[in-house]
Amino acid sequence: MKFYIALLIMGILTQNFVLSKFLGICPFLGVSKKLKTAVGMSAAVIFVMLLATAVTFPLNSLLEDLNLGYLQTIVFILVIAALVQIVEIVLKKYVKSLYNALGIYLPLITTNCAVLGVVILNIDNITGYASQGISYGFGHAMVNSFAAGAGFMLAMVIFAGVRSKIETADVPKGLQGLPITLIAASIVSLSFLGFAGLVEGLGLL
Amino acid sequence: MADKKKISYGHELTKGILKENPVLRLVLGTCPTLATSTSVVNGVGMGIAATIVLICSNIVISALRKVIPSKARIPAYIVVIASFVTMVQMLVKAFVPALDKSLGVFLPLIVVNCIILGRAEAYAGKNPVLASACDGLGMGIGFTAALFCMGTVREILGAGTFLSGIDTMIGSFVDLKGFTGFDFTAGLSNVGLAPMTLFILPAGGFFVFGVLMALVNRIAEKNGHQKAVLQGCEGCPHASLCKLRTEKEGACEAPDNAENSGKEAAAQ
Repeated sequence: MKFYIALLIMGILTQNFVLSKFLGICPFLGVSKKLKTAVGMSAAVIFVMLLATAVTFPLNSLLEDLNLGYLQTIVFILVIAALVQIVEIVLKKYVKSLYNALGIYLPLITTNCAVLGVVILNIDNITGYASQGISYGFGHAMVNSFAAGAGFMLAMVIFAGVRSKIETADVPKGLQGLPITLIAASIVSLSFLGFAGLVEGLGLL
Repeated sequence: MADKKKISYGHELTKGILKENPVLRLVLGTCPTLATSTSVVNGVGMGIAATIVLICSNIVISALRKVIPSKARIPAYIVVIASFVTMVQMLVKAFVPALDKSLGVFLPLIVVNCIILGRAEAYAGKNPVLASACDGLGMGIGFTAALFCMGTVREILGAGTFLSGIDTMIGSFVDLKGFTGFDFTAGLSNVGLAPMTLFILPAGGFFVFGVLMALVNRIAEKNGHQKAVLQGCEGCPHASLCKLRTEKEGACEAPDNAENSGKEAAAQ
Protein backbone atom coordinates (compact mmCIF):
# COMPACT_ATOMS: atom_id res chain seq x y z
CA MET A 1 0.00 0.00 0.00
CA LYS A 2 2.79 2.39 0.99
CA PHE A 3 4.48 1.81 -2.33
CA TYR A 4 1.30 2.66 -4.24
CA ILE A 5 1.03 5.97 -2.40
CA ALA A 6 4.72 6.62 -3.02
CA LEU A 7 4.19 6.01 -6.75
CA LEU A 8 1.26 8.44 -6.80
CA ILE A 9 3.16 11.20 -5.01
CA MET A 10 6.21 10.71 -7.20
CA GLY A 11 4.23 10.76 -10.42
CA ILE A 12 2.15 13.79 -9.58
CA LEU A 13 4.47 15.95 -7.49
CA THR A 14 8.13 15.05 -7.07
CA GLN A 15 8.83 13.59 -10.50
CA ASN A 16 6.16 15.36 -12.48
CA PHE A 17 6.17 14.09 -16.04
CA VAL A 18 6.14 17.48 -17.71
CA LEU A 19 7.99 19.67 -15.27
CA SER A 20 10.79 17.39 -14.18
CA LYS A 21 10.97 14.60 -16.74
CA PHE A 22 10.35 16.79 -19.81
CA LEU A 23 7.90 14.39 -21.40
CA GLY A 24 4.96 15.85 -23.28
CA ILE A 25 6.34 19.36 -23.65
CA CYS A 26 4.69 19.87 -27.06
CA PRO A 27 1.09 19.63 -25.79
CA PHE A 28 2.16 21.42 -22.61
CA LEU A 29 3.19 24.45 -24.66
CA GLY A 30 0.71 24.03 -27.50
CA VAL A 31 -2.59 23.08 -25.92
CA SER A 32 -2.38 24.84 -22.56
CA LYS A 33 -3.87 28.05 -23.80
CA LYS A 34 -7.45 27.39 -22.76
CA LEU A 35 -8.45 25.58 -19.60
CA LYS A 36 -11.11 23.58 -21.40
CA THR A 37 -8.77 22.12 -24.01
CA ALA A 38 -6.05 21.61 -21.39
CA VAL A 39 -8.40 19.49 -19.27
CA GLY A 40 -9.77 17.56 -22.26
CA MET A 41 -6.31 16.83 -23.57
CA SER A 42 -5.01 15.66 -20.19
CA ALA A 43 -8.05 13.46 -19.59
CA ALA A 44 -7.39 11.82 -22.94
CA VAL A 45 -3.71 11.40 -22.00
CA ILE A 46 -4.60 9.67 -18.71
CA PHE A 47 -7.01 7.40 -20.58
CA VAL A 48 -4.48 6.44 -23.26
CA MET A 49 -1.67 6.00 -20.73
CA LEU A 50 -3.74 3.53 -18.69
CA LEU A 51 -4.85 1.71 -21.81
CA ALA A 52 -1.36 1.55 -23.29
CA THR A 53 0.14 0.28 -20.04
CA ALA A 54 -2.58 -2.33 -19.62
CA VAL A 55 -1.68 -3.76 -23.01
CA THR A 56 2.08 -3.27 -23.27
CA PHE A 57 3.05 -4.36 -19.77
CA PRO A 58 1.88 -7.98 -20.26
CA LEU A 59 3.07 -7.81 -23.86
CA ASN A 60 6.59 -7.05 -22.67
CA SER A 61 6.86 -10.28 -20.69
CA LEU A 62 5.73 -12.12 -23.81
CA LEU A 63 8.47 -10.40 -25.82
CA GLU A 64 11.01 -11.25 -23.13
CA ASP A 65 9.93 -14.91 -23.18
CA LEU A 66 10.41 -15.04 -26.92
CA ASN A 67 13.80 -13.34 -26.61
CA LEU A 68 12.55 -10.42 -28.69
CA GLY A 69 13.18 -7.73 -26.09
CA TYR A 70 15.01 -5.61 -28.66
CA LEU A 71 11.77 -5.15 -30.59
CA GLN A 72 10.27 -3.28 -27.63
CA THR A 73 10.28 0.22 -29.15
CA ILE A 74 8.83 -0.72 -32.52
CA VAL A 75 6.20 -3.07 -31.07
CA PHE A 76 5.08 -0.59 -28.42
CA ILE A 77 4.62 2.35 -30.76
CA LEU A 78 2.66 0.24 -33.24
CA VAL A 79 0.49 -1.31 -30.53
CA ILE A 80 -0.27 2.11 -29.06
CA ALA A 81 -1.09 3.56 -32.48
CA ALA A 82 -3.38 0.67 -33.43
CA LEU A 83 -5.02 0.61 -30.01
CA VAL A 84 -5.82 4.29 -30.07
CA GLN A 85 -7.38 3.99 -33.50
CA ILE A 86 -9.55 1.05 -32.41
CA VAL A 87 -10.63 2.81 -29.23
CA GLU A 88 -11.52 5.90 -31.21
CA ILE A 89 -13.71 3.89 -33.56
CA VAL A 90 -15.39 1.99 -30.71
CA LEU A 91 -16.06 5.16 -28.71
CA LYS A 92 -17.43 6.91 -31.75
CA LYS A 93 -19.91 4.11 -32.37
CA TYR A 94 -20.96 3.12 -28.85
CA VAL A 95 -19.99 5.74 -26.25
CA LYS A 96 -20.84 8.97 -27.99
CA SER A 97 -20.57 11.20 -24.92
CA LEU A 98 -17.07 10.03 -24.06
CA TYR A 99 -16.06 10.39 -27.69
CA ASN A 100 -17.28 13.97 -27.74
CA ALA A 101 -15.23 14.76 -24.66
CA LEU A 102 -11.99 12.94 -25.51
CA GLY A 103 -12.25 11.75 -29.09
CA ILE A 104 -10.72 14.69 -30.84
CA TYR A 105 -7.56 14.42 -28.79
CA LEU A 106 -7.02 10.71 -29.26
CA PRO A 107 -5.18 10.51 -32.61
CA LEU A 108 -3.07 13.48 -31.61
CA ILE A 109 -1.55 11.74 -28.62
CA THR A 110 -0.67 8.47 -30.35
CA THR A 111 2.77 9.76 -31.07
CA ASN A 112 3.02 11.84 -27.92
CA CYS A 113 6.28 11.16 -26.12
CA ALA A 114 4.55 11.13 -22.72
CA VAL A 115 2.57 8.02 -23.63
CA LEU A 116 5.45 6.02 -25.10
CA GLY A 117 7.60 7.41 -22.28
CA VAL A 118 5.40 6.10 -19.47
CA VAL A 119 5.16 2.70 -21.12
CA ILE A 120 8.93 2.36 -21.47
CA LEU A 121 9.58 3.76 -17.99
CA ASN A 122 7.22 1.16 -16.53
CA ILE A 123 9.33 -1.57 -18.11
CA ASP A 124 12.55 0.08 -16.89
CA ASN A 125 11.06 0.31 -13.40
CA ILE A 126 10.87 -3.50 -13.16
CA THR A 127 14.65 -3.81 -13.11
CA GLY A 128 15.11 -0.44 -11.39
CA TYR A 129 13.03 -1.37 -8.36
CA ALA A 130 14.17 -4.98 -8.35
CA SER A 131 17.64 -3.72 -7.44
CA GLN A 132 16.05 -2.06 -4.38
CA GLY A 133 14.33 -5.30 -3.48
CA ILE A 134 10.85 -4.14 -4.50
CA SER A 135 8.86 -6.21 -6.98
CA TYR A 136 7.11 -4.06 -9.52
CA GLY A 137 4.03 -5.67 -11.01
CA PHE A 138 1.05 -4.89 -13.18
CA GLY A 139 -0.82 -3.03 -10.44
CA HIS A 140 2.17 -0.80 -9.77
CA ALA A 141 2.54 -0.08 -13.47
CA MET A 142 -1.11 0.96 -13.72
CA VAL A 143 -0.88 3.22 -10.66
CA ASN A 144 2.33 4.71 -11.99
CA SER A 145 0.68 5.43 -15.34
CA PHE A 146 -2.30 7.03 -13.67
CA ALA A 147 0.00 9.16 -11.53
CA ALA A 148 1.98 10.22 -14.60
CA GLY A 149 -1.21 11.22 -16.38
CA ALA A 150 -2.57 13.03 -13.33
CA GLY A 151 0.75 14.87 -13.02
CA PHE A 152 0.44 15.87 -16.65
CA MET A 153 -3.07 17.17 -15.97
CA LEU A 154 -1.95 19.11 -12.91
CA ALA A 155 0.86 20.78 -14.86
CA MET A 156 -1.45 21.58 -17.78
CA VAL A 157 -4.16 23.10 -15.56
CA ILE A 158 -1.70 25.17 -13.53
CA PHE A 159 0.01 26.35 -16.67
CA ALA A 160 -3.27 27.26 -18.38
CA GLY A 161 -3.91 29.56 -15.41
CA VAL A 162 -0.43 31.05 -15.61
CA ARG A 163 -0.79 31.71 -19.31
CA SER A 164 -4.10 33.49 -18.93
CA LYS A 165 -2.27 35.91 -16.60
CA ILE A 166 0.56 36.38 -19.12
CA GLU A 167 -2.00 37.31 -21.78
CA THR A 168 -2.85 40.50 -19.93
CA ALA A 169 0.63 41.21 -18.56
CA ASP A 170 2.95 43.83 -20.01
CA VAL A 171 5.75 41.64 -21.34
CA PRO A 172 9.01 43.21 -22.59
CA LYS A 173 9.08 43.20 -26.38
CA GLY A 174 12.00 40.82 -26.72
CA LEU A 175 10.35 38.19 -24.55
CA GLN A 176 6.88 38.27 -26.08
CA GLY A 177 5.48 34.99 -27.30
CA LEU A 178 7.36 31.77 -26.70
CA PRO A 179 10.28 33.07 -24.57
CA ILE A 180 8.04 34.35 -21.79
CA THR A 181 5.98 31.16 -21.96
CA LEU A 182 9.13 29.12 -21.43
CA ILE A 183 10.34 31.34 -18.60
CA ALA A 184 6.92 31.01 -16.95
CA ALA A 185 7.23 27.23 -17.33
CA SER A 186 10.63 27.49 -15.66
CA ILE A 187 9.12 29.24 -12.64
CA VAL A 188 6.29 26.69 -12.39
CA SER A 189 8.89 23.93 -12.58
CA LEU A 190 10.93 25.69 -9.89
CA SER A 191 7.95 25.67 -7.55
CA PHE A 192 7.63 21.90 -8.01
CA LEU A 193 11.21 21.55 -6.74
CA GLY A 194 9.73 22.32 -3.35
CA PHE A 195 8.27 18.81 -3.26
CA ALA A 196 11.69 17.18 -3.51
CA GLY A 197 12.27 14.63 -0.80
CA LEU A 198 8.57 14.38 0.04
CA VAL A 199 8.41 10.62 -0.53
CA GLU A 200 11.52 9.92 1.50
CA GLY A 201 10.41 12.39 4.20
CA LEU A 202 7.09 10.61 4.65
CA GLY A 203 8.96 7.32 4.91
CA LEU A 204 7.05 5.81 2.01
CA LEU A 205 10.01 4.35 0.16
CA MET B 1 12.17 28.01 -54.20
CA ALA B 2 11.43 29.99 -57.36
CA ASP B 3 12.75 27.26 -59.62
CA LYS B 4 11.16 24.13 -58.25
CA LYS B 5 12.72 21.70 -60.69
CA LYS B 6 16.24 22.54 -59.77
CA ILE B 7 17.12 21.55 -56.22
CA SER B 8 20.04 23.29 -54.63
CA TYR B 9 21.64 20.71 -52.37
CA GLY B 10 23.64 23.37 -50.63
CA HIS B 11 20.44 25.19 -49.71
CA GLU B 12 18.76 22.01 -48.45
CA LEU B 13 21.80 21.32 -46.33
CA THR B 14 22.27 24.76 -44.80
CA LYS B 15 18.67 25.84 -44.26
CA GLY B 16 18.27 23.52 -41.27
CA ILE B 17 21.29 24.94 -39.51
CA LEU B 18 20.19 28.56 -39.14
CA LYS B 19 17.22 29.71 -41.15
CA GLU B 20 14.94 26.79 -40.36
CA ASN B 21 16.68 25.48 -37.27
CA PRO B 22 14.30 22.78 -36.04
CA VAL B 23 14.57 23.66 -32.37
CA LEU B 24 15.03 27.40 -32.28
CA ARG B 25 13.03 28.43 -35.35
CA LEU B 26 10.47 25.68 -35.95
CA VAL B 27 10.10 24.82 -32.22
CA LEU B 28 10.11 21.07 -32.78
CA GLY B 29 11.70 18.42 -30.60
CA THR B 30 11.51 20.46 -27.42
CA CYS B 31 11.33 17.43 -25.09
CA PRO B 32 14.75 15.94 -25.91
CA THR B 33 16.24 19.43 -26.16
CA LEU B 34 15.26 20.31 -22.62
CA ALA B 35 15.92 16.88 -21.15
CA THR B 36 19.30 15.99 -22.62
CA SER B 37 21.03 19.38 -22.62
CA THR B 38 22.23 19.12 -19.03
CA SER B 39 25.75 18.72 -20.41
CA VAL B 40 27.39 19.30 -23.78
CA VAL B 41 28.42 15.69 -24.24
CA ASN B 42 24.92 14.42 -23.47
CA GLY B 43 23.27 16.91 -25.78
CA VAL B 44 25.62 16.32 -28.68
CA GLY B 45 25.29 12.55 -28.20
CA MET B 46 21.52 12.89 -28.44
CA GLY B 47 21.90 15.17 -31.47
CA ILE B 48 24.10 12.70 -33.32
CA ALA B 49 21.82 9.76 -32.56
CA ALA B 50 18.78 11.70 -33.81
CA THR B 51 20.71 12.88 -36.90
CA ILE B 52 21.55 9.33 -37.90
CA VAL B 53 17.90 8.29 -37.55
CA LEU B 54 16.79 11.40 -39.41
CA ILE B 55 19.09 10.87 -42.41
CA CYS B 56 18.30 7.16 -42.71
CA SER B 57 14.54 7.57 -42.31
CA ASN B 58 14.50 10.49 -44.75
CA ILE B 59 16.33 8.40 -47.35
CA VAL B 60 14.05 5.37 -46.99
CA ILE B 61 10.82 7.37 -46.83
CA SER B 62 11.84 9.41 -49.83
CA ALA B 63 12.74 6.27 -51.79
CA LEU B 64 9.37 4.74 -50.94
CA ARG B 65 7.34 7.91 -51.44
CA LYS B 66 5.62 6.59 -54.56
CA VAL B 67 4.86 3.21 -52.99
CA ILE B 68 3.36 4.36 -49.70
CA PRO B 69 -0.35 5.17 -50.09
CA SER B 70 -1.03 8.62 -48.74
CA LYS B 71 -3.77 7.47 -46.36
CA ALA B 72 -1.48 4.98 -44.63
CA ARG B 73 1.60 7.17 -44.67
CA ILE B 74 1.83 8.10 -40.98
CA PRO B 75 1.88 4.47 -39.73
CA ALA B 76 4.32 3.61 -42.52
CA TYR B 77 6.61 6.47 -41.53
CA ILE B 78 6.44 5.43 -37.89
CA VAL B 79 7.49 1.86 -38.76
CA VAL B 80 10.48 3.11 -40.77
CA ILE B 81 11.52 5.53 -38.05
CA ALA B 82 11.04 2.99 -35.26
CA SER B 83 13.22 0.46 -37.11
CA PHE B 84 16.09 2.91 -37.41
CA VAL B 85 15.69 3.99 -33.79
CA THR B 86 15.97 0.35 -32.72
CA MET B 87 19.17 -0.03 -34.75
CA VAL B 88 20.67 3.14 -33.30
CA GLN B 89 19.63 2.01 -29.82
CA MET B 90 21.49 -1.29 -30.28
CA LEU B 91 24.58 0.43 -31.68
CA VAL B 92 24.69 2.93 -28.83
CA LYS B 93 24.20 0.16 -26.26
CA ALA B 94 27.06 -1.79 -27.78
CA PHE B 95 29.60 0.95 -28.45
CA VAL B 96 28.78 3.88 -26.14
CA PRO B 97 27.07 2.36 -23.08
CA ALA B 98 27.69 5.55 -21.08
CA LEU B 99 25.52 7.51 -23.52
CA ASP B 100 22.80 4.87 -23.34
CA LYS B 101 22.78 5.29 -19.58
CA SER B 102 22.69 9.08 -19.57
CA LEU B 103 20.03 9.43 -22.30
CA GLY B 104 17.90 6.70 -20.75
CA VAL B 105 14.33 6.74 -21.96
CA PHE B 106 15.04 9.52 -24.45
CA LEU B 107 16.96 7.18 -26.73
CA PRO B 108 13.92 5.04 -27.64
CA LEU B 109 11.82 8.20 -27.58
CA ILE B 110 13.60 9.43 -30.73
CA VAL B 111 10.72 7.52 -32.39
CA VAL B 112 8.26 10.20 -31.36
CA ASN B 113 10.62 13.14 -31.88
CA CYS B 114 8.53 15.66 -33.81
CA ILE B 115 11.51 16.69 -35.93
CA ILE B 116 11.83 13.28 -37.55
CA LEU B 117 8.15 12.67 -38.28
CA GLY B 118 7.83 16.34 -39.19
CA ARG B 119 10.59 16.16 -41.82
CA ALA B 120 9.17 12.92 -43.20
CA GLU B 121 5.79 14.56 -43.58
CA ALA B 122 6.96 17.97 -44.75
CA TYR B 123 9.92 17.05 -46.94
CA ALA B 124 11.00 13.46 -47.49
CA GLY B 125 7.54 12.30 -48.53
CA LYS B 126 7.57 14.73 -51.44
CA ASN B 127 11.18 15.09 -52.56
CA PRO B 128 13.89 12.96 -54.21
CA VAL B 129 16.30 10.82 -52.22
CA LEU B 130 19.49 12.88 -52.38
CA ALA B 131 17.72 16.13 -51.50
CA SER B 132 15.98 14.39 -48.60
CA ALA B 133 19.29 13.07 -47.31
CA CYS B 134 20.73 16.61 -47.44
CA ASP B 135 17.64 17.92 -45.68
CA GLY B 136 17.99 15.28 -42.97
CA LEU B 137 21.67 16.02 -42.47
CA GLY B 138 21.08 19.77 -42.30
CA MET B 139 18.20 19.47 -39.84
CA GLY B 140 20.22 17.02 -37.77
CA ILE B 141 23.16 19.41 -37.62
CA GLY B 142 20.78 22.22 -36.67
CA PHE B 143 19.30 20.08 -33.87
CA THR B 144 22.77 19.12 -32.64
CA ALA B 145 23.93 22.75 -32.77
CA ALA B 146 20.96 23.89 -30.70
CA LEU B 147 21.65 21.15 -28.17
CA PHE B 148 25.31 22.16 -28.10
CA CYS B 149 24.39 25.80 -27.32
CA MET B 150 21.93 24.82 -24.60
CA GLY B 151 24.34 22.25 -23.18
CA THR B 152 27.23 24.72 -23.11
CA VAL B 153 25.27 27.34 -21.18
CA ARG B 154 23.71 24.86 -18.78
CA GLU B 155 26.87 22.88 -18.12
CA ILE B 156 29.16 25.87 -17.54
CA LEU B 157 26.68 27.73 -15.33
CA GLY B 158 25.13 24.73 -13.64
CA ALA B 159 28.00 22.32 -13.10
CA GLY B 160 31.06 24.50 -13.62
CA THR B 161 32.48 22.12 -16.20
CA PHE B 162 32.74 21.99 -19.99
CA LEU B 163 32.77 18.80 -22.10
CA SER B 164 32.88 16.72 -18.95
CA GLY B 165 32.43 13.03 -19.57
CA ILE B 166 33.86 13.25 -23.08
CA ASP B 167 36.25 10.41 -22.27
CA THR B 168 33.37 8.03 -21.58
CA MET B 169 31.75 8.89 -24.91
CA ILE B 170 34.52 8.88 -27.49
CA GLY B 171 37.42 7.67 -25.36
CA SER B 172 37.28 4.21 -26.91
CA PHE B 173 37.52 5.55 -30.48
CA VAL B 174 39.88 8.51 -30.17
CA ASP B 175 43.00 8.84 -28.06
CA LEU B 176 42.19 11.84 -25.86
CA LYS B 177 45.54 11.71 -24.04
CA GLY B 178 43.84 11.73 -20.66
CA PHE B 179 41.59 14.72 -21.44
CA THR B 180 38.35 14.44 -19.47
CA GLY B 181 36.87 17.88 -20.07
CA PHE B 182 37.46 21.25 -18.44
CA ASP B 183 36.62 21.70 -14.78
CA PHE B 184 36.22 25.21 -13.41
CA THR B 185 34.82 24.25 -10.01
CA ALA B 186 38.17 24.38 -8.22
CA GLY B 187 38.95 27.82 -9.67
CA LEU B 188 35.47 29.03 -8.71
CA SER B 189 35.67 27.84 -5.14
CA ASN B 190 39.04 29.61 -4.79
CA VAL B 191 37.19 32.89 -5.20
CA GLY B 192 34.32 31.71 -3.02
CA LEU B 193 31.87 30.83 -5.81
CA ALA B 194 29.97 27.67 -6.59
CA PRO B 195 28.18 26.62 -9.78
CA MET B 196 24.45 27.43 -9.93
CA THR B 197 22.96 23.96 -9.74
CA LEU B 198 19.62 25.41 -10.80
CA PHE B 199 20.78 25.46 -14.41
CA ILE B 200 21.10 21.71 -14.69
CA LEU B 201 17.75 21.24 -12.99
CA PRO B 202 14.56 21.17 -15.12
CA ALA B 203 13.68 24.76 -14.21
CA GLY B 204 17.02 25.93 -15.59
CA GLY B 205 16.35 24.04 -18.80
CA PHE B 206 13.13 25.94 -19.45
CA PHE B 207 14.82 29.22 -18.52
CA VAL B 208 17.87 28.79 -20.77
CA PHE B 209 15.64 27.68 -23.64
CA GLY B 210 13.43 30.75 -23.18
CA VAL B 211 16.36 33.15 -23.12
CA LEU B 212 18.01 31.46 -26.10
CA MET B 213 14.74 31.68 -27.99
CA ALA B 214 14.46 35.40 -27.20
CA LEU B 215 18.03 35.90 -28.46
CA VAL B 216 17.41 34.01 -31.70
CA ASN B 217 14.14 35.91 -32.20
CA ARG B 218 16.03 39.18 -31.83
CA ILE B 219 18.64 38.17 -34.40
CA ALA B 220 15.96 36.89 -36.76
CA GLU B 221 13.94 40.08 -36.50
CA LYS B 222 17.02 42.18 -37.16
CA ASN B 223 17.58 40.22 -40.35
CA GLY B 224 13.97 40.67 -41.40
CA HIS B 225 12.75 37.17 -40.59
CA GLN B 226 9.72 36.30 -38.52
CA LYS B 227 9.87 35.49 -34.85
CA ALA B 228 9.88 31.82 -33.91
CA VAL B 229 6.43 30.73 -32.89
CA LEU B 230 4.82 27.40 -32.25
CA GLN B 231 3.90 26.56 -35.79
CA GLY B 232 0.24 26.24 -35.05
CA CYS B 233 -1.36 23.58 -37.12
CA GLU B 234 0.58 23.99 -40.33
CA GLY B 235 3.95 22.96 -38.92
CA CYS B 236 2.64 20.17 -36.74
CA PRO B 237 3.40 16.67 -38.02
CA HIS B 238 0.08 15.50 -36.62
CA ALA B 239 -1.94 18.08 -38.53
CA SER B 240 -3.44 15.50 -40.85
CA LEU B 241 -4.59 13.42 -37.88
CA CYS B 242 -5.66 16.28 -35.71
CA LYS B 243 -9.30 17.12 -35.38
CA LEU B 244 -8.69 20.19 -33.23
CA ARG B 245 -7.82 21.94 -36.43
CA THR B 246 -11.25 21.47 -37.93
CA GLU B 247 -13.15 21.96 -34.69
CA LYS B 248 -11.95 25.56 -34.56
CA GLU B 249 -11.24 25.28 -30.87
CA GLY B 250 -8.09 27.25 -31.35
CA ALA B 251 -6.20 24.79 -29.22
CA CYS B 252 -2.80 25.28 -30.75
CA GLU B 253 -1.13 28.61 -31.16
CA ALA B 254 -2.07 29.43 -34.71
CA PRO B 255 -4.77 32.05 -34.07
CA ASP B 256 -2.45 33.92 -31.76
CA ASN B 257 0.19 34.10 -34.46
CA ALA B 258 -2.26 35.62 -36.87
CA GLU B 259 -3.13 38.16 -34.24
CA ASN B 260 0.50 38.99 -33.58
CA SER B 261 1.46 39.36 -37.20
CA GLY B 262 -1.59 41.55 -37.64
CA LYS B 263 -0.40 43.77 -34.81
CA GLU B 264 3.08 43.96 -36.27
CA ALA B 265 1.71 44.88 -39.66
CA ALA B 266 -0.39 47.60 -38.06
CA ALA B 267 2.63 48.94 -36.19
CA GLN B 268 4.57 49.28 -39.39
